[in-house]
Amino acid sequence: MKDTVEPYVTQDGRAIGGMLMHLRGITLRFGGVEAIKNISFDIRQGEIRAIIGPNGAGKSSMLNVISGFYNPQEGEVWFRGERRPPMKPYQVARQGVARTFQNIALFEGMSVLDNIMTGRLTQMKAGMLAQALWMGRAEREEIEHRAHVERIIDFLEIQSIRKTPVSRLPYGLKKRVELARALAAEPDLLLLDEPMAGMNVEEKEDMSRFILDVNDEFGTTIALIEHDMGVVMDLSDRVVVMDYGRKIGDGTPAEVRNNQEVIDAYLGVAHD
Amino acid sequence: MLYREAGDFKTTYRADNQTFPILFDRVGFWITLAVAWLIVPLVINDYWANAILVPFLIYAIAAIGLNILTGYCGQVSLGTGGFMAVGAYAVYKLMTAFPDVSMVIHILLAGGITAIVGALFGLPSLRIKGFYLAVATLAAQFFLVWLFNKVPWFYNYSASGQINAPERFLFGQAITGANAGPTAQYLICLAFVTFCALLARNLTRGTVGRSWMAIRDMDIAAEIIGVNPLRAKLTAFAVSSFFIGIAGALFFAVYLGAVEVGEAFGINKSFLVLFMCIIGGLGSIFGSFAGAAFLVLLPVALKVIGADLLGWPTQIVSHLQLVVVGGLIMFFLIKEPHGLAQLWRLTKEKLRLWPFPY
Repeated sequence: MKDTVEPYVTQDGRAIGGMLMHLRGITLRFGGVEAIKNISFDIRQGEIRAIIGPNGAGKSSMLNVISGFYNPQEGEVWFRGERRPPMKPYQVARQGVARTFQNIALFEGMSVLDNIMTGRLTQMKAGMLAQALWMGRAEREEIEHRAHVERIIDFLEIQSIRKTPVSRLPYGLKKRVELARALAAEPDLLLLDEPMAGMNVEEKEDMSRFILDVNDEFGTTIALIEHDMGVVMDLSDRVVVMDYGRKIGDGTPAEVRNNQEVIDAYLGVAHD
Repeated sequence: MLYREAGDFKTTYRADNQTFPILFDRVGFWITLAVAWLIVPLVINDYWANAILVPFLIYAIAAIGLNILTGYCGQVSLGTGGFMAVGAYAVYKLMTAFPDVSMVIHILLAGGITAIVGALFGLPSLRIKGFYLAVATLAAQFFLVWLFNKVPWFYNYSASGQINAPERFLFGQAITGANAGPTAQYLICLAFVTFCALLARNLTRGTVGRSWMAIRDMDIAAEIIGVNPLRAKLTAFAVSSFFIGIAGALFFAVYLGAVEVGEAFGINKSFLVLFMCIIGGLGSIFGSFAGAAFLVLLPVALKVIGADLLGWPTQIVSHLQLVVVGGLIMFFLIKEPHGLAQLWRLTKEKLRLWPFPY
């Protein structure tokens, strides 16, 4: 199947390409509960796509479907023009999808550097034996990938903590390290689950800047869930709005803002 | 020489990645190695070899093995004794079947066989975690001991049901059997310890080690990042069992010489090695050595102090040992779950700033 969408250039000069991921008629049930009801939307190459909605709308479930954590009962996931069969999360990761979590999911017992290096697992190919003897490919690879990881460390300005155990870091930095770990995989599609939850204004500004920079410098496509409307409206190219597992709006921030159904979902409507 | 990293600049990632980035540590490591290889063999005698050094080295290998599984990959195992028995019986069968092949190859092969058995018993870890996995490995422990007791093929149909290590030579020196001297026993164990520790260190600092630790710290996130949990857990079981198998082979062939499986490789052994890991420090190679040294030395020290110095009856001393070990386990679990290795790490951090901590 060929997706036909025209590439275009945004107002701030970023090139938005063809379709990267297309979700069609996704339905996800947990027993009798329908967490996601027949939702379709697409994510285009190079764009920042936000998924918003009130609590319990099914946003995180949607992200879990994309990252392969849940397999939907109905619907299709198309990635890079091909239909994706049901997959384990680690297989999805190998296809080039990385994500962060709403509640930080770092490896607490490891240093920042090791955490980020773990993000490059999918790229490292040295066999067990080579690693056990620390010869040839194993050592070469370790050094090559370390160089790449150092670029990400520079990019996210966490040089001073690279050898610190993650368990000693404050919350805001942990969020940043988690972003670094996801970036280390050089993903085509980066999923951010509430990257700014629990942050103060300054930390939010930092994180917003990093997200824009990642998108701009690496050309990474980003899909994010966020509750701060100001952030969402400023960052994203297009927004999907969910409520009770349904999609109630889809479009540019301006379009979504004026959508009556969206306003009702957020502000509530009088039931008579 | 002070314990400092200031001024010790690293200009390549290779230099930064080395095991001992601080000069003082590096020097200390080479001195330890030199003493162990060059000086100890000259002064070693029967008592030191049999009571302290040989068991310490063998338990260090076993503790490294279990530490990889439990400390690095987070999978609790109570099957260590059983896996050591696999190594012992494997080396026995190999020694008697191929008397002309070098012992080194037999011991490595015994490790390999144990690795396969370990991976097999690791399969339940894909479905169950924590206590439930511990119980599954406990089943492995009892099953393996029962198997070696019940199937006469394993002990070559000997009347006593025991296995006895025949005499084997390496470089003209007897390393097994009654005529093996303390120096030869010590050196063969030391060689395997050096080899295993190096292997373990290399594995734990690279991709394999990171995927193990990722599974340990947060298995869901590990999977999302691209770690194949099946592969990570089974390799941990296999590598861990490889080391434990080598330890079992040495324990039987070099140290004891004759083994009755329930006695030498019973559940007590599993707990002893687990305690070594906990007291020494989970997730640390150094901790494996520290824990093994501690639990080998403790009974000796208690005996010297209690029985020889204070003249207490030996039963009291041996019971006191149980009390002390039990108390220490509780103390470490509550106060310092990362064991002696963490205490050492904290000391080093303090040392870096000493004597001007502000």
